[in-house]
Amino acid sequence: MLKKWARSALMGLTLSALIGAILPVAGAVEITIACGAVGIESRLCREGTESWAAATGHRVRLIQSPNLSNNRLALFQQMLAAGSSDVDLFQIDVIWPGILATHLIDLNPYYGEEQRQAHWKTLIDNNTIGGELKAIPWFTDIGLLYYRSDLLDKYGLPVPETWSQLASAAMRVVDAEREAGRVRMTGFVFQARAYEGLTCNALEWIASYGGGQILSPGGAIDLHNPRAVSALNQVAGWIGTFVSKGVLTYDEEDARGVFQSGNAVFMRNWPYAWALAQADGSPVKGLVGVAPLPKGGIDGRHAGTLGGWGLAVSRYSKHPALAADLARHLTSEAEQIRRAIAGAFNPTRPAVYRNAAVLAAHPFMGSLSELMDNAVVRPSRIAGERYNQFSTIFWNAVHDILSGRAAAADSLAAAERRLRRLSRNGRW
Amino acid sequence: MWGIDPLMDSNSKPNVRRAVRVTAGAGLERWRVRTAWVFLAPTLAVLALVAGWPLLRTAMLAFTDAYLSRMAEARWVGLENFRWLLTDGDWWRSVQNTIVFTVASVSVQFVLGLGAALVLNVRFAGRGLLRAVVLIPWAIPTVVSARMWRWMYHDVYGVFNDLGLRSGLLAQPVAWLADDTTAMAAIVVADIWKATPFMALLLLAGLQAIPPGLYEAARVDGVGRLNAFVYITLPLLKPAILVALIFRTLDALRVFDLIYVMTSNAVSTASMSVYARQQLIDFQEMGYGSAVSLMIFFVIAVFVAAYVTAMRASLVEEG
Amino acid sequence: MNARIIKTALERTGFAAAVVAIFTFSVFPLYWALITSWQKGSEVYTVRYLPSAISWANYRAVFIEQSFGHNLVNSALVAAGTVGVSLALSVFAAYGLGRVRFRGRMLLLFTILGASMFPQIAVLSGLFELIGWMGLYNRLPGLVLAYLIFTLPFSVWVLTIFMQRLPREIEEAALVDGASPRVVVLRILVPLVRPAMVTTGLLAFIAAWNEFLFALTLTLTDRARTVPVAISLITGASQYELPWGRVMAASVIVTVPLVLLVLVFQRRIVSGLILGGVKG
Repeated sequence: MLKKWARSALMGLTLSALIGAILPVAGAVEITIACGAVGIESRLCREGTESWAAATGHRVRLIQSPNLSNNRLALFQQMLAAGSSDVDLFQIDVIWPGILATHLIDLNPYYGEEQRQAHWKTLIDNNTIGGELKAIPWFTDIGLLYYRSDLLDKYGLPVPETWSQLASAAMRVVDAEREAGRVRMTGFVFQARAYEGLTCNALEWIASYGGGQILSPGGAIDLHNPRAVSALNQVAGWIGTFVSKGVLTYDEEDARGVFQSGNAVFMRNWPYAWALAQADGSPVKGLVGVAPLPKGGIDGRHAGTLGGWGLAVSRYSKHPALAADLARHLTSEAEQIRRAIAGAFNPTRPAVYRNAAVLAAHPFMGSLSELMDNAVVRPSRIAGERYNQFSTIFWNAVHDILSGRAAAADSLAAAERRLRRLSRNGRW
Repeated sequence: MWGIDPLMDSNSKPNVRRAVRVTAGAGLERWRVRTAWVFLAPTLAVLALVAGWPLLRTAMLAFTDAYLSRMAEARWVGLENFRWLLTDGDWWRSVQNTIVFTVASVSVQFVLGLGAALVLNVRFAGRGLLRAVVLIPWAIPTVVSARMWRWMYHDVYGVFNDLGLRSGLLAQPVAWLADDTTAMAAIVVADIWKATPFMALLLLAGLQAIPPGLYEAARVDGVGRLNAFVYITLPLLKPAILVALIFRTLDALRVFDLIYVMTSNAVSTASMSVYARQQLIDFQEMGYGSAVSLMIFFVIAVFVAAYVTAMRASLVEEG
Repeated sequence: MNARIIKTALERTGFAAAVVAIFTFSVFPLYWALITSWQKGSEVYTVRYLPSAISWANYRAVFIEQSFGHNLVNSALVAAGTVGVSLALSVFAAYGLGRVRFRGRMLLLFTILGASMFPQIAVLSGLFELIGWMGLYNRLPGLVLAYLIFTLPFSVWVLTIFMQRLPREIEEAALVDGASPRVVVLRILVPLVRPAMVTTGLLAFIAAWNEFLFALTLTLTDRARTVPVAISLITGASQYELPWGRVMAASVIVTVPLVLLVLVFQRRIVSGLILGGVKG
């Protein structure tokens, strides 16, 4: 009695083996893949490539790349701009398909309609630039609200449904705890450093209030609107009260450090923080809950920004078909199940979230599936290769608002003007 | 002369022919100049090779609209990039930030470095160990030490806030890197820590090159220590000071890692190099980014020129 | 008499205080890195001044997860190669620039300095191309070559300045005795500028040892990967997690050899005697 995923794994391998046999390759070929840095991510990637290599008879060489995505992007860009064929298959961030589009092949011919449909449509859409599929989704991420269940219980507070509820709950707890001598207690930590993470956070606030996603699918800019202004005004008002000013310098790990050392009531972070907060030795082990990020108001919506990585084949690869086949293998259902169980990498296929083995290993994943349906996508597909400029203008404007350097309305209006200039009036 | 005589005797058998050629008056000078060029040639060749092409390329791209993912389509745009650059407030802010950073950190480094060099120049037990230990801040990779300082400045689990709270100097934790003014000060402090060893070591080498005999003579003549420092040490140390200041300033004006790690791309603390990197890497604007690099070159050149003018005497004097 | 004793005592205390201050200033962050590297998991988020327990798990992890030992060897080779080439080239260049007067000397000095006046990021693309054309991509000599951009101008300048101030008679006497210029440089000038050479060598070694951006861009695999790049690869279970204890362990591993190196070479930052004879 084969389990379903084991069966599909076997099928996938047979298929790969078949392709390997049919393709007119004179002998074993070496495919180079840049995935992960070191540690478990690299290990899971290696195991995945090994099973493909065993089935097809080809070799795979793993290249480790730096942990920080900015360094990674710099490295990849340099290699690709020089037309280097050293790496065939790249692991790329969800916001890179547009930036790197000219260097990547269209994967549609290698990845049929049916295969594409097995992933979330938002992800496939996100990776499709000008009708070409630039990357196959591999694993994903989404913004979540972490809370201290013990503290909420202690003060008889519910898990907040709206940002206002979060604010009043945080204020209440912080005041009482500080009174009790815990001067470092802060209400809510998130990522407000001047970097891409702030774009993710701010997009969530604005979207939760129905303030849109800044760029319409057609490219029109809508940033300076009353909902966005009031959303950002609200957040700016928190800073200096139950949110410490330090949050303006926080990235994911800063926020996690504060939350995990027991110094914050709420935290916005990616799913990775869950396993760490619940690990042995964590001061908040067993005291943490996870929920969707709050809505803007009663009529608002839960909005979590989408993150994650896909696999893309370089235009300069000498073996694009084989590289695409390896990408297909690594992103297959069986592989995603294996990676979900062993490393908590969130699958990009809805079906995997219903898999019993996955849910048994990470009960927490079941709830992610629902959130994925309402995820907010950064407009990287629309802004294309100018996405980083777009994002920089946006996060700078938000950072100015949060640090009190500029009023929300002025700052957003100025940012909107800059975006118009950048996009030549929304043509991108 | 006693110092070099033994060397002479042991190493050189008189070579009559060359001695004649060398002593032939004006010919000597010409011959020396030719030797100088022969000796310089390898260095110049290597620099022309490794720095020549990359810099030439940057200088050329500065006048085009080159885009990293479409380099082949680059078009000549003349001074367009510079026109944009000169009107960009963020650029001027970064110039201002960089200059504030450089002046603040290099001047403190100079004072501390000179002090440390004077201490390290004295003979005492454990001097060797201290000389090694002093280099630790310089020896830790910047990418790591910058993160370390960011960690120490953290408002919740940073060591500075902890010390401040424990000692009662702070009533509540301070987010050092979140406020414009304290952020720049915090960055400067980290850089002072990091680069003072560089200054100290170069100045120490300069101190070692001062003949101890001079101090003895001064003492015999009843010159006080302060006067000896002002009239002997400082003038003789001038060349070493000049070179230490120039290279430290050059580095400070190009500061990147430290600021990038501490405050990322925040406009209020971004340096010229942070701005350049954003254009070249994040935005793929090779043309514009190259123009930025060229402007950075000019800003640095202004500083170098200022130093040289200020300390001209010591360079020309002996050369 | 008494006043003089008090004065010396005060001076000694002041000096000792300066030594202690310098020591603390330099060592504190390394000490802090050390105790952090001994901690596990969430402990790093609490401030500690003394180690709670000594665990070597982070050190083991650094060596198990990647070929850190190999990276260390690469770094050492690259740094040593860079210093060797820089000093060998610059000591002769410095003779030309520092001891001989000719037209265009200053211009040349500043042209050489000019190579150090561009931000590193600006030369990155061109260098990547160049190293590729030369077939040195992902090879140690490629890194050595790239590092000459910043070590060579520095070495040339420092040595030029130091050679310039040596009295002219030293070399003339030797030339009259028939020594070749090469001999003059190697046998006479080099010993005289030894403190400057050791200092430049140490500073250049450290600069090459710690360089990150070029090393990241010009290498691909462990074949040529150096330690700073290896440190940037350290990651936790996910891309976001930064295992701080391990990063600190790696930094300690990287810093200690340098301290030992300086300990060995610092003795050579001494000259004086010979010079004293000449000038005095």
